[in-house]
Amino acid sequence: MKIDELLGRTGEWLRATGPMSDVVISTRVRLARNVSGYPFLTKATSDKRDELADLLKRGIQAAVKEHKWSYFDITRVGELDRQMLVERHLISRQHAEAEGSRGVSVSPDETVALMVNEEDHLRMQSIRCGLQLEQVWEEISGIDDLLEQRFEYAYHPRYGYLTACPTNVGTGMRLSVMLHLPALKLTNEIEKVLRAARDMRLAVRGLFGEGTEATGDFFQLSNQTTLGRPEEDIISDFRSEILPKVLEFEAAARQALVRERPVALDDKIWRSYGILQNARSISSEETLAHLSHLRMGIHLGRFREIDLKTLNELFLMTQPAHLQKQTGNRLSGEDRSVARAGYIRKRLNRE
Amino acid sequence: MSQCQRCKKAVATVHLTDVTKTGNRTRDLCDRCAHEEGYAAKAPPVQINEILSNFVLQAPQIQELAALTCPHCQMTFAEFRNGGLLGCPHDYEIFEQALLPLMQRAQDGNSRHSGKSPRRTDAPRDFQIELVRLRRNLEQAVEREDYEAAARLRDQIDSIETR
Repeated sequence: MKIDELLGRTGEWLRATGPMSDVVISTRVRLARNVSGYPFLTKATSDKRDELADLLKRGIQAAVKEHKWSYFDITRVGELDRQMLVERHLISRQHAEAEGSRGVSVSPDETVALMVNEEDHLRMQSIRCGLQLEQVWEEISGIDDLLEQRFEYAYHPRYGYLTACPTNVGTGMRLSVMLHLPALKLTNEIEKVLRAARDMRLAVRGLFGEGTEATGDFFQLSNQTTLGRPEEDIISDFRSEILPKVLEFEAAARQALVRERPVALDDKIWRSYGILQNARSISSEETLAHLSHLRMGIHLGRFREIDLKTLNELFLMTQPAHLQKQTGNRLSGEDRSVARAGYIRKRLNRE
Repeated sequence: MSQCQRCKKAVATVHLTDVTKTGNRTRDLCDRCAHEEGYAAKAPPVQINEILSNFVLQAPQIQELAALTCPHCQMTFAEFRNGGLLGCPHDYEIFEQALLPLMQRAQDGNSRHSGKSPRRTDAPRDFQIELVRLRRNLEQAVEREDYEAAARLRDQIDSIETR
């Protein structure tokens, strides 16, 4: 598969159909692994780094050979395409911007991405739409089992899987859920909920994970602890404690809006629609804020002008790299805002 | 149980000692007052870099460890302290003394792995502990009526028991 083929579609995680998808956008798990007998990448010479990339690429290709996976050598991928992979959540920003041999192997439906030579030798992720905690874990654990037959992982009987950063040591697992919490934001209760999440030892981040701020209505919650608690316990915390609370708070806030401020609520939704239909220049942040309102409107049954599929396509295609890939030109910030507004108008007004 | 010295109502749960020239002064506060005075009753999760720098300030003996060098990757503890990333898997043992308290702080007090391990590892696995863990997971799966997971766990338990 060529990178350009990604452009014509959305990944599985944006299908918006999974369980609890009115609030849970996607569930993601990642495992950090390193190959025994090699230094971590901080201390790997460029030769060692090349050797590792080659070894891991071959191992992955042999392990998944019956499937039609793609391997992208990031050093040969252009800047815009790398940014596109970030927007699709297939690689991290850090991986896009790093130097030296590195790559990513992607499953045909984009649910699995295996980053080679990121902070650790291997960063494996499974991402699916809606709340699919057990499914993403089983998928990535199965791939971990396959790869383990080909590489000897750096593992310590007391500390578990050894990682470059001690904050990942142990299971090497980071489980994250991406949540859409517009009503908690509108009712000014979001800080309370996020504080409660932090008290439960969860990290709260923005749309693109580590290093991105939690702005807008989208929040990513993930476990901080990787040592001392088995993977299943972390999953079970999310399943039985963390998510029921957050989902209940958001549902209550949405119901309160419907009951007490229906006009204000509809005004928000329809104003957003009006702006998206008519804007001549719009930033990606503003687009995201308005799409968030439409998404809430669709889920509350108060807005039926477009369906979720169209909404999610807009969500992905209006991001900077996707937008530029479609127009075929590299655009400056202002030209991008104009092109974005044009693309949205075309989709919404069926021009 | 002592009473909070600030509000004189609630039970004091936070006990502070101020070291001054004229001697030590102790203060007993309840959760709320401690929080209001800026002593967070529940510490927010700390970042690894913050832990690293605090740790170094608090433990003078670490200064000696700072010069410690891993013979495998040449990483020094000082270098790790600045960058936050280790140089090779051996560092976990070479720097163990300095790393352990730091990991415990970053990892909610834990210092021993529990969970998945490579099947081909030569290290002996404690199957009794594994069984206890799997059985507990099985109970939880049945409780939430996730029979797919329950069936999988039952198979895992069987495979260990018939070993």
